[in-house]
Amino acid sequence: MANGTTSEAQTERLQLLRVLGPAHIWALGVGIVLVGEYMGWNFSVGKGGMIAGLIACWVAGLLYTCVAMIDSEVTSTVAAAGGQYAQAKHIVGPLMAFNVGLFLVMAYTMLEAANAITVGFLLDSVAGMQGHSGLDQHPFIILSIMFLAWLNYRGVLATLTFNLVITAIAFLAIIVLFLSVQFGASSVPLDFSAITNDPLPYGWVGIVASLHFGLWYYLGIEGTCQAAEEVRSPARSLPYGTMAGIMTLLIAATMTWYVCSGLIPWEYLGQAGTPLFDAARVTGNSGLMVLLFVGTMFSTLASANGCINDASRAWFSMGRDRYLPSWFGAVHPVYRTPYRAIVFLVPIALIFALGAPLDQVVTFSILSGLLGYTFMTFNMIMFRNKWPLHTIKRGYVHPFHPLPTIVLLTLCSTAYFAVFLGYGTQLIAMMCFYIIASLWFHFRRYQFVRRGDQFTMPWPKPLGY
Amino acid sequence: MDLWSKLEYVAWALSFVFGALMVFDLIRTDSTYDNDLLTSSREGEIEVTAERHII
Repeated sequence: MANGTTSEAQTERLQLLRVLGPAHIWALGVGIVLVGEYMGWNFSVGKGGMIAGLIACWVAGLLYTCVAMIDSEVTSTVAAAGGQYAQAKHIVGPLMAFNVGLFLVMAYTMLEAANAITVGFLLDSVAGMQGHSGLDQHPFIILSIMFLAWLNYRGVLATLTFNLVITAIAFLAIIVLFLSVQFGASSVPLDFSAITNDPLPYGWVGIVASLHFGLWYYLGIEGTCQAAEEVRSPARSLPYGTMAGIMTLLIAATMTWYVCSGLIPWEYLGQAGTPLFDAARVTGNSGLMVLLFVGTMFSTLASANGCINDASRAWFSMGRDRYLPSWFGAVHPVYRTPYRAIVFLVPIALIFALGAPLDQVVTFSILSGLLGYTFMTFNMIMFRNKWPLHTIKRGYVHPFHPLPTIVLLTLCSTAYFAVFLGYGTQLIAMMCFYIIASLWFHFRRYQFVRRGDQFTMPWPKPLGY
Repeated sequence: MDLWSKLEYVAWALSFVFGALMVFDLIRTDSTYDNDLLTSSREGEIEVTAERHII
C-alpha cells in the first residue's frame, strides 16, 4: 500500500494519480467535442441557410475561445478534480459550486447518453446497408456505455491514451476528406452557388436561430479542467492542452462546413443525420466512405469516453466535499480512479440512453453547458477582483480582460434566446429543476458539509477580506 | 441467424461481463479496505506538495 498513499501526509491517504500530459488534455477536450463536427452542427444550416451556418460556426467559435481562455487562466490555479465546480467553490461560494457541479454532471451524462444512442443508430444504418433490417440497438448502446465505464474504472492513463488515438484518427479523417475534395478525389465538384442565389432564406432571425446548433462544434471543450488533479503539471498542461484543443476545433469546424456545404445542397444538409459521412458518400469514393464512417464511430466513442471521465470527477469532488454523500468521494486503492462515482453514473446514463429521445437529451446537455458558461463570466470577474494578477501565480493569463468575459456573456444571452425559440419548455423545466435542487442543498444538505475543509488552495486571503 | 443477430448476442454478453467486472471489483474493494482509507482523498493536497504559489 505504500505506493497508494501520499508521503507528505502523516496519515495514509489515497489520491488520484498524476500521470497525464498536455496531449491527454487535448484528447479529453477535443475527444468530447469532435462528435459535434460529425453530426448536429448541420441543423444550424437548416435553421438559417449556408451563410447562417458559417456565421454560427465562427460566432460559436468566438464564444468558446473566450471560454477556453477564461478557463485556462482560472484552472491553472485551481488544480483540483471537479474543474469549474472547484473554481466556483473557491471563488463564488457553496451554493454556486453545488449548482455548477450539477451542471457539469448533467451536461456530460446527457452527452454520454446521446453518444451511446448515436452508436446504436450508426450500427443500425450499417446493418441496413447490408440488408439486415430491424437491428436491436439496445445491446450496442449498453455495451458502449459498459465498456467505456469499465475502461474509466481501470485507470485514467489508459482511458485518455485510448481517447488520444481515436480522436486523432477522427480529426485526421476530416483533414483527409478536405484534402481529397480539394485535389479532385470527388466525382461531384464543390458548389457554393446557394451563397449568392439564396444567401439568407429565413432572414437575419435565421442567423440567431442557427446559433443554437452552432454550439455543437465546440460544446464540451471546457471539460479539460476536470483532469486538473491528474496532470503532472497543471499550470502548464491545462492551458496548453485547452488552447491547442480550441485551435484544433476551429480548424476542424471550418473545414467541415466548407466540405459539407460544397458537396451537399443546404436543404438536405440541414436535416442530415451524419453530414460528414454523407459528404464522403457524395464523393463516390469508397475509401473516403469507410474512413469517414470510422471517424464518425471513433468521435462518438471518444466523446462518450471523455464524458464518463468528466462526469465522474465532478460527482467524486462533490462527494469528497460532502455536498453529496461522502461515499462517492472514494478513490480505488489500485487503479486510483473515483470508482464509486463511475459505477453510480452508469445506470443514470443507461436510463437516458434507453428511455429518452436524442434531441431532448442533447438539448438538456446544451442547456446545462450554457448555464455553466454563464457562471464563468462572473466567476472570472470575481477572480480578478479578489485575487489580482500580483497576488497569485497563474500558469496562463488571458489577454484583454474583461473583454472576453463581456463577449462571452453577450453570446450566452443570444444563445439562450436562440434555444428559447426552439426549446422554451425544456429551458423553463431545466431552470425549475436547478431551483429545486438548490433549495434541497441549502435547507437539507449543507448541514453535512465540513465548512472549513472545503477551501483547500494555498491562496492568500482575497482582497478586501 | 445472420452476422448481425449474432453480434447482438455478443454485445449483450460483453455488456454483462464489463458490468459484472466493475460490480464484483467494487464489492471486493469495499469489503477489503477500510472506508476511511478509501475516502481519505483531500483536494489540493497534491497541489501543496507539488508547487506553491510563489511569485
